[in-house]
Amino acid sequence: MKNNFISLLSGILFGLGLAVSEMVNPARVIGFLDITGNWDPTLAFVMGSALMITAPLFPVILRRSHPLFADTFSLPDKTLLDKKLIFGACLFGLGWGIAGLCPGPSIAALVTLSPNVIIFVLAMLAGYWLENYAERFMSH
Amino acid sequence: METIWIGGVVGGGLIGLSAVLLLLFNGRITGVSGIVGALLLHKLSHDGLWRIMFVIGLLCGAGIYLVVQGDLPMQMQTSRSMLIVAGLLVGFGTRLGSGCTSGHGVCGIARRSKRSITATLVFIGVAMLTVYTTRAIGL
Repeated sequence: MKNNFISLLSGILFGLGLAVSEMVNPARVIGFLDITGNWDPTLAFVMGSALMITAPLFPVILRRSHPLFADTFSLPDKTLLDKKLIFGACLFGLGWGIAGLCPGPSIAALVTLSPNVIIFVLAMLAGYWLENYAERFMSH
Repeated sequence: METIWIGGVVGGGLIGLSAVLLLLFNGRITGVSGIVGALLLHKLSHDGLWRIMFVIGLLCGAGIYLVVQGDLPMQMQTSRSMLIVAGLLVGFGTRLGSGCTSGHGVCGIARRSKRSITATLVFIGVAMLTVYTTRAIGL
C-alpha cells in the first residue's frame, strides 16, 4: 500500500517534470537533436538537472541494506556490453530522431488525447510486443 | 529565452526527485520503457500494481500541468505514417536495448552503469545523426 503511494507520487513528479520542461513537445526534443540547426539546449539542462540529483544520491541510497518500503533493491543484473544493447539503442535513437518522442513523454502526452500521440503509443506498444515475440522466436 | 532553460532545470529536478523517491522507498529504477513494457508483456503479478500506479501518476502529472496552464504544447515534427514507423522503432529498440532516456539516461548513468552510459551515448548520437540526415534530404 505504502509503496503504491510512492509509485503514484513518483509518477506525478515525473509527469510534471516532463510537462514543465516541455519535453513532451517533440519540437523541443528535435531542436536539441538538431545540432547543426538552430540548437535548443533545453534537453541537456533537463538531463543535467536530473543527474545533479540522482548521480550523488543513488550511490548513497544503494549503500543501504534495503529500501525503506521493500525487502530488496530491484536492479538490472546485466553488466556486459552486448550486441543487443547497442543494436537496441541504435533502433531507439533512429525512432527518437524521427519523431522526437520517447516512452515517458509519449505516455504523459496521452492526456492531450492527440490522435497522433495515441497512434505513436500504440505503435510503440506493438514494438514492445514484436521484440518480445522475436526474442522468443530466436531462442527456439 | 531565459524562461526556457529555467523550465528545463526545474523539470529535470522534478524528474530526478521522482527517480530518487522510487529507488529510496521502493528499490525500483524509474525506467518508463521497462515499467510499461512489463505491464503489456507479463501477467500482472503481486508487484504489478506499482507499475500501474506509476503510469497513472505520469498521466496525472501531465494532466495537472494541462489544467493549471491550460495547454500542453505538442508540435509534431513528422507525418502520421512516419510516427507509426518511429513508434515501432522506439518500442522494439527500448526493449532490445533494456531501456530508454529515463532508465539508462537518468538512472543508469547515476548508478555508473557501463551499459547505460554506452546506450545513452549511442541513442543520442544516432538520434542526432537521424535528425541531421532527415534535414539534409529534406524530409
